[in-house]
Amino acid sequence: MQLRYLLQRLAFMVFVIWSAITLLFFLPRLSPINPVRERFAELQRSTGWAPRDMERLVKVYEVKFGLNKPLLEQYADYMASVLRGDLGFSIMRYPRTVSELIAQALPWTIGLLLVTTLLTFAIGTAIGALAAWPRSPQWVKGMVTPLVVLAAVPPYLLGLLLIYFVAFRAKLLPLGGAYTLGRFTGPELSLPFILDVARHAVLPALSLILASVGFWALGMRGMGVTVQGEDYVLFAEHKGLKLGRIFYAYYVRNAILPQVTALALALGSIVSAGILVEYLYGFPGLGSLLNSAILANDFFVIYGIGLITIVAVAVSMTLVDLLYPLLDPRIRYGTR
Amino acid sequence: MTMNQNAAPTLRVSNLRVTYYTDAGRVTAVNEVSFALAPGERLGLVGESGCGKSTLALALMRMIKPPGRIESGSAIVRTDKGEVDLFALDEEDMRRARLSVISYIPQGAMNALNPVLRVGQQMIDALQAHVPEMSYQAMRERAEQALESVELKRSVFNLYPHELSGGMKQRVCIAIGILLSPRVIIADEPTSALDVVVQRQVMETICKVQAQIGASLILIGHDMGLMAQVMHRVAVMYAGRLVEVSPVRALFTRPLHPYTQALIQSLPRLDNRGVFRGLPGLAPSLLRLPSGCAFHPRCAQAMAVCAQVVPKPITTADGRFVACHLHDSVDSDLTPAPVLQEQSHANAPAA
Amino acid sequence: MNLTLPQPASLPTQPSQTVLVLRYLRRNPSLAVGLVLLAFLVGFGVIGSLVIDVDTRAYPLAAPPVQPPSPEYPLGTDRDGRDLLAVMARGVLLTGAVGLIAGTVGIIVGVVVGFLAGYFGGAVDSVLRWLTEVLITIPPLVLQVLIASTIVDKNKVTVLTMAGVASVLSWMGTARMVRAQVLSLRERAFVNMAKLSGMSDLEIIFKELMPNMLPYLAASFVGAVMGAIGASFGLEALGLGPVREPTIGMTIRWAVYHSAIFNQWWWWVLWPVLALILIFASLALINRGLDELANPRVRRSE
Repeated sequence: MQLRYLLQRLAFMVFVIWSAITLLFFLPRLSPINPVRERFAELQRSTGWAPRDMERLVKVYEVKFGLNKPLLEQYADYMASVLRGDLGFSIMRYPRTVSELIAQALPWTIGLLLVTTLLTFAIGTAIGALAAWPRSPQWVKGMVTPLVVLAAVPPYLLGLLLIYFVAFRAKLLPLGGAYTLGRFTGPELSLPFILDVARHAVLPALSLILASVGFWALGMRGMGVTVQGEDYVLFAEHKGLKLGRIFYAYYVRNAILPQVTALALALGSIVSAGILVEYLYGFPGLGSLLNSAILANDFFVIYGIGLITIVAVAVSMTLVDLLYPLLDPRIRYGTR
Repeated sequence: MTMNQNAAPTLRVSNLRVTYYTDAGRVTAVNEVSFALAPGERLGLVGESGCGKSTLALALMRMIKPPGRIESGSAIVRTDKGEVDLFALDEEDMRRARLSVISYIPQGAMNALNPVLRVGQQMIDALQAHVPEMSYQAMRERAEQALESVELKRSVFNLYPHELSGGMKQRVCIAIGILLSPRVIIADEPTSALDVVVQRQVMETICKVQAQIGASLILIGHDMGLMAQVMHRVAVMYAGRLVEVSPVRALFTRPLHPYTQALIQSLPRLDNRGVFRGLPGLAPSLLRLPSGCAFHPRCAQAMAVCAQVVPKPITTADGRFVACHLHDSVDSDLTPAPVLQEQSHANAPAA
Repeated sequence: MNLTLPQPASLPTQPSQTVLVLRYLRRNPSLAVGLVLLAFLVGFGVIGSLVIDVDTRAYPLAAPPVQPPSPEYPLGTDRDGRDLLAVMARGVLLTGAVGLIAGTVGIIVGVVVGFLAGYFGGAVDSVLRWLTEVLITIPPLVLQVLIASTIVDKNKVTVLTMAGVASVLSWMGTARMVRAQVLSLRERAFVNMAKLSGMSDLEIIFKELMPNMLPYLAASFVGAVMGAIGASFGLEALGLGPVREPTIGMTIRWAVYHSAIFNQWWWWVLWPVLALILIFASLALINRGLDELANPRVRRSE
């Protein structure tokens, strides 16, 4: 039974990724103009690239987007190159490949988003659970509303305010970047470096956390109110269980289930927010890469980032889905 | 049927009053309720929905949540270690008393078991909360024995609630209810969501385990037929008050209160098949109770006094309890009611 | 700029019920505060645009660059010589227009798709479910960046293109909500009654189902507007916005681009950030208020 669920989820993931990649293939072909070709020509004129390099670029371009082949063949070529992990060359940092640039940026993004997402989820869910718990003190219940208002503000704006007040005026934390450039020539595995990165990551992380803790708190509070009325919570109290046990094993364990589903659905928005905040803080992840790619009209990098985020979100969603049966035994037997 | 009517009662409830403070006004859901349970006795509690029978059960468990409040009364349980007034215990002692002194069996077929925990874990949780010094092995043995005593396999210990049928879930709830051999068991409509055959079996199981541990049982329900077969006495509740408490045979052959009479007449019988007679009128809203006897607008035998004076409960010579003006003069051993005081109570909710 | 407000169109606003509406607003402070904030923003935009010559003053070279707030330029000026007061007045309306257009497109498409999927099921429903599952795995900002950088020329972006790009995703929430609602309403007795009485599907949809969903639709419209403004802001922050228009998002983009914070040009950052926060806060409060209106049970969790 478990195996069937696993295979089902994996098959669905592959299907979704395939659909999204196909969408990416058709998107430029739906365009009335072909900005890529135009920009390419523009670049060729304005920059003094060697004809040999130019030729290679054009070749890549033709393989991917060339209109000289039949559509089906183009599609097959495109799929084949994507499967090989070949996303083409970067225009702005030629001759480096898109895959190289993304491989360099991805760990930063994953690190930042993994930590902030887990923290946000944990803090928000805890606040929401406590806010709906009748015996919580009034100040805990009152925390949700300001957090919800805060959640209406885009993380990018919170980031701006934090940069101005915390980093620029109070000089408590660095203004941006991921590590002190003068101290380290590049990423290294040492304690001082890790501490330095952590110091640089505080503000970007805080922007992301503050901007969505309210969302999780609100969701958990709503679910908490519902679960509290459930017979099994009341029966637990009838059984004379200690409050701590009721709170955790009977109340939170059940109320958290829709939160986990919501987490899977929110992953796309989390990546979106992360991109903007990374760009704002010059954090060397996908966000900064995307911004420079947009500035440089680096079409391949933009599409490469699109591709990698889709795969990342689809894989993470599947992971959450696969963890879900551990939380809810009813799923294991396919009675969702 | 091990019941000793003459021994000191296991549970004595006196003058219990529960009020809900709602936006629309004060609602007295349980009003001056007094009764006693003999050791091993099985008392059925019947009445229309909203009459306060479930509130009464929750009050005995001290599980009335705001905006509700237990206003007054006492509920004294006799245990091996002496008598305890449930309403006088502090929070922690009351927590300990739940399940070990007085236990509650919910309508288990629906949603009373935590869907994310195995049945066994939910039983261990209950034991751990009361006898933490017990070893896991001992707790497990106790839990599996309890499952066996309600005619379930020991292996149910390892199952999740969604793997059980409605009847099995109800049995698990019963097994949890008797884990610590409480003195009083309250079962709140334990059979109402089950199909008829299972209903009978579950009812038999409840009675069997109740007799085994020697507890007294309060069984809330609306199935008079089922009650007639297994209960010792039946209490009838109307609009927050007990209107009649009688031994089951006497209640069915000679109901004293007109409301009881109406309830029994509304039962389908062999001899009046097809002439089903429902109760005229609607159950009153507790927010706007009729003056005097709350039943008088629906009562075929209402008198002038009924609209003005709340009937004083009396105990008849043969040990029955009734609150109705029809019996004011019939029974000689009745004491005149201090009506003015009572009336002020009755009018209070409307204020 | 012709800008109509999402005024409480969802509320019963017949003149005779004005008092009732006011009384309701007192019980629903989220809605009341949100509407007041929104009225303030729109009032500021409309009056500002009428009083000030925004057509010149909100654009470059209208004033000396980077002036701090002064009697002549109450909110200061930016590096390109825009008068920030005029920029704010026009920007609030432009940003509102993006949200409103995308929100309207979103609600119309969402209602149609949702109704089709929910009421008729079958193929439409399958396609909708598939599309939702696929789109949910694409980070919205990434999808919009892809569309914006593919379909349109970066230097020719207008407010309308922004609204168009934002519309691509603005219908999904509504469609899902409508589908779920229709599925649950379809089973109710009154729809069966209507069917028995010989009403056509279309009649049932518009006469029986729609009225039951109005509060939900209003809430989901506000949600779509918020989503669209958020999406367009993301694109603007990344430089894919309308470079020639003084929307709030573009103003923030320019301020960040020219390191206004590190140059101590605080006013250039403060006003647009404040304006955007107010816009989002008012919409969030209205959304919450409408939620309470649609589903009074939410109130009890307070």
